[in-house]
Amino acid sequence: MVKVILSRLARLVATILAVTFITFIMTALLPGDPINAILPPDAPRDPEIVAQIREEFGLDDPVLVRYVNWLGNAARLDLGESYVNRGQSVMGEIKNRIPVTAQLAAMAIVFAVVISVPMGVVGAYRQGRAIDQATSAASQIALSVPNFITGIFLIWLFAVKLRWFPASNWNRWDKGIWANFRTAVLPASALALSQMAIFSRLVRSDMIATLQENYILSARAKGLNDRFILLRHALRPSSLSLVTIIGINFGALLGGTVVIETLFALPGLGFRLINAINSRDILMVQGITVFVATVYVVINTLVDVLYAFVDPRIRKG
Amino acid sequence: MPTAGADATRLTKSQQTEPLLVVEGLKTHFATPNGLVKAVDGVSLSVARGKTLGVVGESGSGKTVLSRSIMRLNTAGNVITHGRVSYDGEDLLQESPKEMREIWGVEMAMVFQDPMTSLNPVVRVGRQMTEHIRHHLKVSKSEAAETAIELLRSVRIPEPEARFSNYPHEMSGGMRQRVCIAIALACGPKMLFADEPTTALDVTVQHQILNLLEQQQKDRFMTMIMVTHDLGVVAGRTDEIAVMYAGKIAEKAPTGELFADMRHPYTESLLRSIPKINQPKHTRLAAISGRPPDLINPPSGCAFSPRCPYAQPKCFEQTPPLTAAPAPGHQYACWFPVGSPEGNQAWETNMAAGRLQTLAAAGELNATEDIPATIGGG
Ligand SMILES: Nc1ncnc2c1ncn2[C@@H]1O[C@H](COP(=O)(O)OP(=O)(O)O)[C@@H](O)[C@H]1O
Ligand code: SF4
Ligand SMILES: [Mg+2]
Repeated sequence: MVKVILSRLARLVATILAVTFITFIMTALLPGDPINAILPPDAPRDPEIVAQIREEFGLDDPVLVRYVNWLGNAARLDLGESYVNRGQSVMGEIKNRIPVTAQLAAMAIVFAVVISVPMGVVGAYRQGRAIDQATSAASQIALSVPNFITGIFLIWLFAVKLRWFPASNWNRWDKGIWANFRTAVLPASALALSQMAIFSRLVRSDMIATLQENYILSARAKGLNDRFILLRHALRPSSLSLVTIIGINFGALLGGTVVIETLFALPGLGFRLINAINSRDILMVQGITVFVATVYVVINTLVDVLYAFVDPRIRKG
Repeated sequence: MPTAGADATRLTKSQQTEPLLVVEGLKTHFATPNGLVKAVDGVSLSVARGKTLGVVGESGSGKTVLSRSIMRLNTAGNVITHGRVSYDGEDLLQESPKEMREIWGVEMAMVFQDPMTSLNPVVRVGRQMTEHIRHHLKVSKSEAAETAIELLRSVRIPEPEARFSNYPHEMSGGMRQRVCIAIALACGPKMLFADEPTTALDVTVQHQILNLLEQQQKDRFMTMIMVTHDLGVVAGRTDEIAVMYAGKIAEKAPTGELFADMRHPYTESLLRSIPKINQPKHTRLAAISGRPPDLINPPSGCAFSPRCPYAQPKCFEQTPPLTAAPAPGHQYACWFPVGSPEGNQAWETNMAAGRLQTLAAAGELNATEDIPATIGGG
């Protein structure tokens, strides 16, 4: 077991190194001179000041040297300072904004799971019947609608027409849980819809496969009722892919809430990333990207571990 | 014993003499894109209380479908079932799903072929043993656990308390099959189906499992249907044997009578394919030549005719009906039965004509699947 954990950790570190290296190189290769981001557009380009800045940010070092320096700092959780807002630390910005994005992603996943699991189970149980066809069609449609269209529709219906939830803005936790929840419901739902569609199809198809298994027939032959068999025998073996995709999609959502955060004007990570890209704030872009990628990799490792809880056969491995 | 089977002494006289299970004209067909698969095609049989019926046939002859049809466990959406299955006087094919759930586990139970896949890999053995006890017998969790541990002991699983909290993958195949048997016995069923209960197991444990089943069947006065492709398995352990071919019964007789006076060429072929203990080691088995028949378009006439050593032109045209042999309870479906003057004549004719299937059966050819299934005599 210790050996397994050590090898997983080694793989995790290797992956993070590769991921940071690639994102660093790619963002470093973005066109445009960082000087133009650091100095206001109308500021005079005094060669001495420019040279000083280049020195300060290490802009003339080879990319590899810059990466190693950056990595050294990153290991101490220092991701540098914003080029544009001098004095603003990248890590501080991430800390500031990740709660919003993480909450959105988590709520979206929870909403999606709560709806999709019963949908998938019923679809599999009533395979080919009206209810299955209806839910399959619904998830097909949900999958083909882009997030922001869903978002606009939700705003129109629940904010403008019904006035149940606000159309934009964000209340932090300290304003009260309900106040916070109200501002999160619509954007999280907009993100949840396509997740729900993906999850329910996955649960349905895994469940259909599980229901063919001999142990399901054995359970029937014991006279257990269908509900018990579905929930206590078939659901767990059918949820391995779901656990995987939840991990992957949660990671992806952390970097993928940009459009919804923009639509709802939320102070999240995605909104900040777009901002940084627009102003060529390279260090900020690098910091956020690397952060998201790292979280993504860590989550996937955690999913591997979670697997063992779902399937006892893997625990030994 | 906490979960006794049906008690013979509690039954009235007429109940005791009446067979527990009567199957009449049972047909189970599957609608597939290629046509109708006639997996069970008109089977009639009955099993008396406390007796064991062996159902024997090659793989694909419809044994599994037959036993699942009787228990109403065919879950495929494309299944079409006709006929009558009378269990203890009730017509099972007319029961609602809810009524069937009261019969499954309590009245009838099944031990499946592959213990590796018939236990849920993510559920502890203990829960798999107790869930139906709690459901059917309405007992508390701890009472059910006690019963289950007692059952594990009775199927001779060492350290039953420890095994109770195991996952299936922590047990050997033989051990798992014992667990499956214990699960099947848990609610004291009157009737037990065992569908090739030892086929997936090591040779060394096969006998132990068969002995265990036989012992439990006797102790609990259960009525049993034992399905197998191996005539050797049922030889000493059944009261009656039904030989199946292409979804139909080819021959049916009390076990002793069948071995003493078998009539059907297919039964004879099956017998020939059992390895004999006193045979020199590398004796080639006279396997049955040719492939099992297509169940969508079965051969015309007798379904066995393309492979039969005795087949005559009549066999390719007319389907032989199930006929009574002189001994009570013995029936067979053949125009040229083994050991009869017509049968001997047919054999001689085919030998003279050099019919490959006959030569192979006589041991003069290596019986392989390469022998073409000839249509028409010779
Ligand atoms: N759901 C199904 N759809 C179509 N054909 C089936 C289905 N189930 C079983 N069969 C066919 O029925 C025949 C008999 O199968 P089976 O009863 O399993 O044979 P046995 O148990 O004697 O080996 C086989 O040819 C099998 O392919
Ligand atoms: S002799 Fe004829 S009827 Fe009898 S089994 Fe052979 S083919 Fe069928
Ligand atoms: Mg079978």
